[in-house]
Amino acid sequence: MASISGKPPFKETNRVIAKSETYASIDDTVNKPIEAAPTKTPLWWWIGFVMAAGLLGVYLVTITVLITRGIGIFGNNQPVAWGFPIINFVWWIGIGHAGTLISAALLLFRQPWRTSINRAAEAMTIFAVVCAGLYPILHLGRPWVFYWLAPYPNTFGLFPQFRSPLDWDLFAISTYASVSILFWYIGLVPDFATLRDRARNTFMQWFYALLSLGWNGSAKAWQRYMRAYLILAALSFPLVLSVHSTIAMDFAVGQLPGWNNTIMPPYFVAGAVFAGFAMVNILAIPLRKAFGLEKLITYRHIDNSSKLMLATGMIVVYGYAVELFMAWYSGVEFERYMAFNRVFGADHGWAFWLLIFCNLIAIQPLWSKRVRQNMTLVFIISIIVSVGMWLERYVIVVVTLTKDFLPGSWGDYVATFWDYSMYLGSFGLFFTLWFLFIRLLPSIATSEMKELQHHDSHHGSDYFEEQRAEEFSKKGLPV
Amino acid sequence: MSEAANLYGVVARFDSPESILKAAQQTRDAGYEVIEAYTPFYIEGLDENLGHAPTRLGWVVLLMGITGLLVGFFMQYWSNAVFYPLNIGGKPLNSWPNFVVITFECTVLFSAFTAGLFMLGRNGLPRPYHPIFNTPGFEDATRDKFFLCVEAKDENFELEKVKSFLSGLDAEAVSEVEY
Repeated sequence: MASISGKPPFKETNRVIAKSETYASIDDTVNKPIEAAPTKTPLWWWIGFVMAAGLLGVYLVTITVLITRGIGIFGNNQPVAWGFPIINFVWWIGIGHAGTLISAALLLFRQPWRTSINRAAEAMTIFAVVCAGLYPILHLGRPWVFYWLAPYPNTFGLFPQFRSPLDWDLFAISTYASVSILFWYIGLVPDFATLRDRARNTFMQWFYALLSLGWNGSAKAWQRYMRAYLILAALSFPLVLSVHSTIAMDFAVGQLPGWNNTIMPPYFVAGAVFAGFAMVNILAIPLRKAFGLEKLITYRHIDNSSKLMLATGMIVVYGYAVELFMAWYSGVEFERYMAFNRVFGADHGWAFWLLIFCNLIAIQPLWSKRVRQNMTLVFIISIIVSVGMWLERYVIVVVTLTKDFLPGSWGDYVATFWDYSMYLGSFGLFFTLWFLFIRLLPSIATSEMKELQHHDSHHGSDYFEEQRAEEFSKKGLPV
Repeated sequence: MSEAANLYGVVARFDSPESILKAAQQTRDAGYEVIEAYTPFYIEGLDENLGHAPTRLGWVVLLMGITGLLVGFFMQYWSNAVFYPLNIGGKPLNSWPNFVVITFECTVLFSAFTAGLFMLGRNGLPRPYHPIFNTPGFEDATRDKFFLCVEAKDENFELEKVKSFLSGLDAEAVSEVEY
């Protein structure tokens, strides 16, 4: 893919920001592609956008069929009442979690490298949560009365059953979605002001001026802004842990073999972060190339996010081991049979072994720095991990439900055409939003990058950077 | 007091965070109090140098967080135990462990929106017009320039004196700004 800024290829670097960048050059690098006239939009963008919009069409058709014919079009039935919609819901929302962790947790842990990728990662979070949130609503059967889940005074004189994890879900997801959007928007306000001030035509000026709310960057405003940003980060961190824990409790509170485990919440959270960092890599690697952002999203970022992927991946694998151990150790016949069936079952055993390949074996090369510095390999491994995490949810949902207690009530599960079209279509929704985002909004937080640049000029450790550069150049890696 | 009725203040432009930090300190030492700086990014210590009091945002958020916690819990308690008692699996009506998740989510929801919206509100946003936008070259205040304004409201404000004072602070440019 060609860089639309038209500059020659950059020398790759392992610094957080390439050495030569200034406040103004950060601005230009990030904002030039956004300001380009619609006719100057690069061809790759149109190809990507049209493909995404096509898939979005598939999604809309599926929803139309779903609403007219009912959820009978899906493969869900007894005993597998939770099929693709729940698998895909959990998969999408898991992907979203890495964005919040990058923007909130890494901010609190003072990891300055997160600044380059937090904006894009937060966008990914919001789009993934949109895709996820639509699943439970659409598979309610009567999606148009989804608001019955919310507590509000009504003529039935009824309130939701608050002891049900499914209602916890409603609160967790809607809070997560709205707080993520707020956090993202607050982060964007100063950058909208930058775009407003750069605008060369009236339309853009108005568009970004309205979005910037009239931000003028006064010291008092910045003081309050930074405090609010920090508070939002401190709130988002436990929030993101609570969201996937709640989703895990949808399973863990049930008494089915393979679901009723205390390890579910932490292990789900680790899995979410694992899948999320994979998606960050999948999106960031082409983005940095396509928009010429190599000096701001450097090898360091991909390297670090791959390390996090490896670490959380190993936690997830530990979770698989504990699940199997607990099934045996519990002494419960049904748990033991479920574990046996999960691993060696004739129907779905393949999914387990494929899962082990994707989530355990395929990530092992990431121990090597050389692999983490190879964008193509990281990209491929990240895709494998995404597949693996989908399979994990498939194994958890389908294997347990097909063969639980009485053999008389066992059954099989086969996904239908509409199950697949809805899954494929949700990619259309995600990528349509993603392509609009990278075209219209700054995909890197410029004001934060400038602050980082300023901060580094006073507190950055040249000694550390030199040591690292020396070590890297010995191994023939970019410094 | 101000010479011209519609004068907002005198604005000096600087080209680095270091120089505006120093200039802010010197302006304050010279006895000016109604002063404000405009910068493309947050500069640590600038608010102190300008004499701004620390923000009380954290306290407001704490208060609203506690409100969210109480609202979240008692919404569930009242509706499931008082208004329409529901017996679920023989659990006590006030089975509080089951209420923890929603209580937590409400706490976060209330405090996060307070933090975000209160910050915007106290900053006077949305506000499409601000006199500081009349400063020549103010587009760069969101790029790589740093502006310091002594407002005409200041008790010690005398146009010529302020202008010559700001020019003495290695400012790149000094301009009068009107409403």
